[in-house]
Amino acid sequence: MSIVIEELTKKYGEQKAVNNISFEVKTGEVVGFLGPNGAGKSTTMKMITCYMSPTSGDIKLDGLSVLNQPEEIKKKIGYLPENNPLYTDMAIVDYLRFTAEIQGVEKSKISSRIGDMIDMCGLGVEKHKKINELSKGYRQRVGLAQAMIHDPEVLILDEPTTGLDPNQIIEIRKLIKKLGKEKTVILSSHILSEVEATCDRILIINRGRIVADGSADTLRHQSQGQELLTVHIEASTGDVHKALLGLPTVEKIDALEGKAGFFRVQSKPESLSRKAIFDLCVQNKWYLMEMTGIETRLEDVFRELTN
Amino acid sequence: MNKIWIITKRELASFFDSLIAYVLIIIFLGLSGFFTWLFGNNVFLMNQASLQVFFGIAFWSLFFFIPAITMRMLAEENRAGTIELLSTKAISDWQIVVGKFLACVLLVLIALLCTLPYYITVSQLGSADHGVIIGGYLGLLLLSAGYISIGIFCSSITNNQIVAFLFALLIGIFFQLLFDVMGYTFRGAFGSIFNYLSMRTHFDSLSRGVIDSRDLIYFGSVIMAGLAFSQSMLSRRNWSA
Repeated sequence: MSIVIEELTKKYGEQKAVNNISFEVKTGEVVGFLGPNGAGKSTTMKMITCYMSPTSGDIKLDGLSVLNQPEEIKKKIGYLPENNPLYTDMAIVDYLRFTAEIQGVEKSKISSRIGDMIDMCGLGVEKHKKINELSKGYRQRVGLAQAMIHDPEVLILDEPTTGLDPNQIIEIRKLIKKLGKEKTVILSSHILSEVEATCDRILIINRGRIVADGSADTLRHQSQGQELLTVHIEASTGDVHKALLGLPTVEKIDALEGKAGFFRVQSKPESLSRKAIFDLCVQNKWYLMEMTGIETRLEDVFRELTN
Repeated sequence: MNKIWIITKRELASFFDSLIAYVLIIIFLGLSGFFTWLFGNNVFLMNQASLQVFFGIAFWSLFFFIPAITMRMLAEENRAGTIELLSTKAISDWQIVVGKFLACVLLVLIALLCTLPYYITVSQLGSADHGVIIGGYLGLLLLSAGYISIGIFCSSITNNQIVAFLFALLIGIFFQLLFDVMGYTFRGAFGSIFNYLSMRTHFDSLSRGVIDSRDLIYFGSVIMAGLAFSQSMLSRRNWSA
């Protein structure tokens, strides 16, 4: 199921939480919403799930509009809200049955769906416990289970891995990846490595606007621009710093503090200095101990775009 | 309809799981039983095979109990944020409100059914006027439904159960007592308007055994108004700023 977001705006009073954003998510795509707190991630998700209606603009799921056919859309979406609110006085099984009934799962299939969800989310041992007796990680799994119980075509997960331990995070990521093969998934997070690990595509949102859109690789590439190297040269004679700066392709040299012979070399735009540095060392009979390219991390891209 | 019933079922189960239902039924039966059979102007003192005493007590005890059962309905959902989850399911705001309303009505109905032995006893003691008693029960049920609808509305405007409870009592006291008093104080058109608004007027007329369409319309409108306001409060997240 494809999602088309058209010029979506949401105002809270005077404040624009989401400011005229448009994008498209194709069937089977896993999209990560990335952004600092208050960027408009949750608001956008609330509008896709028909919890709030947009101030202006429209969201269409396979041609169904949130403005006109919310009932149809709600059946096809599984939603895990931000703080994972659940009826804590219910047992897991009862709660899942309740959700399944509301979402219109056929009576004959309800029990088998509950069973599937319990296996899929690893709730087996706890299934008869009340939700308020569960740890945060288990509650999160119940949240995921209730979102998927009616086998929705679209999954909207608002910070799905908060509160989970590292093992659980990896499990949930695997699960999301697996689900993403047939379903359209939108998840939000401010953990960059998570988005990188699970999503085909990343949307970075800041102050209600989309500031970047693409796969992790494209985003990294876009912001990389200039070549950055760490170089370690062992020289008995001569001024390495000056010599490096003398190379025609080099723009900037920083000596790394506390490490003799280490330099950070930034090349001029669209030029590469690796060969020149090697040749320089050969000429001066210096030893080139190390030369590593510094890859721009997604963290840097994120900070650059949202600061 | 089916969706409404799912909500009703869950709410009822939660009443019984959390013991609220038992506590309320026991207190209700205890209070009404004590005053009907044992204390003050009880049935034996009146020396009539009627349940007028019981209806008088129930009229007041339900007034206090109903806000206690409705206060949780939406206020707790608002506080815990579960309303977000519920409203993003394939269910409309109206179905949510009506489902919760029905759960409360059923709980009151169960409490009232528990007093059927009173009816049986009274009709054994003498020749009871069955019309009056049936009218009285119907009156109590409609009165309760009216207060439940008001209570749910009060619960929808806040995320604090205490506020919901007190606000429901505040609105309730107008229908229970103040409109009646104003009906006596004011003369002419005002007086009759207030008189018409008072729950007591309509309850009294029903509990005389006269089932009049005016009373049914009155209770029907109070219930529908309460539910409609609750629904629009629930949808307020969509109101344009």
